[in-house]
Amino acid sequence: MHELSIMQGALNVALEQARKAGAIRVHEIRLRIGALSGVVPDALEFAFEALAAGTLAEHARLTIEHVPARFWCAKCSREFQSDDMFSECPGCHTPSGELRAGREMEVASLEID
Amino acid sequence: MCTECGCGLPGEKPAGIDAGHHEHVHGHEHSHGHEHGHGHPHGPGDHHGHPHDHPHTHPHSHVDGGAEHHHEHEADGGDHRTVEVRQAILDQNDRLAERNRGFFRARGLLVLNFLSSPGSGKTTFIREAVRALQPQLKAGVIVGDLATDNDARRLRESGAPVVQVTTGTVCHLEAEMVGRAVGQIDLNGLNLLIIENVGNLVCPASYDLGEDLRVVLLSVTEGEDKPLKYPPMFQSADVVIISKTDLSQACGYDRETALANIRRAAPKARIFETSAKTGQGMDDWCRFVAEQHRARSARDPLGP
Repeated sequence: MHELSIMQGALNVALEQARKAGAIRVHEIRLRIGALSGVVPDALEFAFEALAAGTLAEHARLTIEHVPARFWCAKCSREFQSDDMFSECPGCHTPSGELRAGREMEVASLEID
Repeated sequence: MCTECGCGLPGEKPAGIDAGHHEHVHGHEHSHGHEHGHGHPHGPGDHHGHPHDHPHTHPHSHVDGGAEHHHEHEADGGDHRTVEVRQAILDQNDRLAERNRGFFRARGLLVLNFLSSPGSGKTTFIREAVRALQPQLKAGVIVGDLATDNDARRLRESGAPVVQVTTGTVCHLEAEMVGRAVGQIDLNGLNLLIIENVGNLVCPASYDLGEDLRVVLLSVTEGEDKPLKYPPMFQSADVVIISKTDLSQACGYDRETALANIRRAAPKARIFETSAKTGQGMDDWCRFVAEQHRARSARDPLGP
């Protein structure tokens, strides 16, 4: 259950950026969370509700964009998306160790007033 | 009072676990509680999700999940601005990890981050590995646990300097904790730093500590399918150590299945099959560590 500290980190980033932009309110925080980040979106949402209280982002909407895992297959020279977090190339069935996307945990953007 | 609409509903503060469901229904349906991990549960008429320059002419009403609600936004004109952020949530940890990494390199230290579920044998493995490596490499150990210094006491039996980090309620080590802990070790004469992370196969995967290699342990008692159950952790592994092989028979351990599952979840990882108790596989492991240290020292201009 490290979603609480991940969410606190996200909120800190969001609030800092919001203040820099002169926000009086944050309406929405958009996150990008990778399939291999080890973070459960539902748990983030729950943590957000508690952590945002009393901040500029109180009552803001939390939108989480899921980033699927993508790997590179050197044999087939192609990138492929993995829907099960494993790296077997759908073309040649070789497992690839080269992760191209899926570990993301970032604050993408904000909607502010 | 609700800052969304100024309707002054009291008692909407979250209290306990049920607070995830906001009693006070307003136009912004919070996105928790839905099955899919992303997306906007809001309906038409909601202007979130894109920048817009036009002034709103609130009040408007829209229906979200059947709950109708009237917004009154005259005060601020309703113009939301979009701020592009694109910043990693663990940005601060990542930067501190890089600082650690630079510091470790400058000291010529090879740094290993040991991860596994609780009880897979990290402490015993590290204690025996430190002893076995002693003639070639001098190790220091940082060990993280929620509480107690039991592991530190056991690790000190190896003769290595050990710092215990008690994380309280935190389920993983962070770069900052390691940075502080390392300040308590006399690093003179050391060339290997082993970090025993908190026993947990989920959270520590997200936190770079500044290590050179991630070492994930899987004991034969845990079930061959563990790598399939925790792909993010195994996917991040540079090395997978199968521990407690002396118990294989008693557990009905299926070696081929375990190896296939590890290769599926961690195709790049080097695999070692070991028993800290009987010493099986420890020589191979020690050779590997010594090679890694040599290779890094040779490559790294800052190295010894």
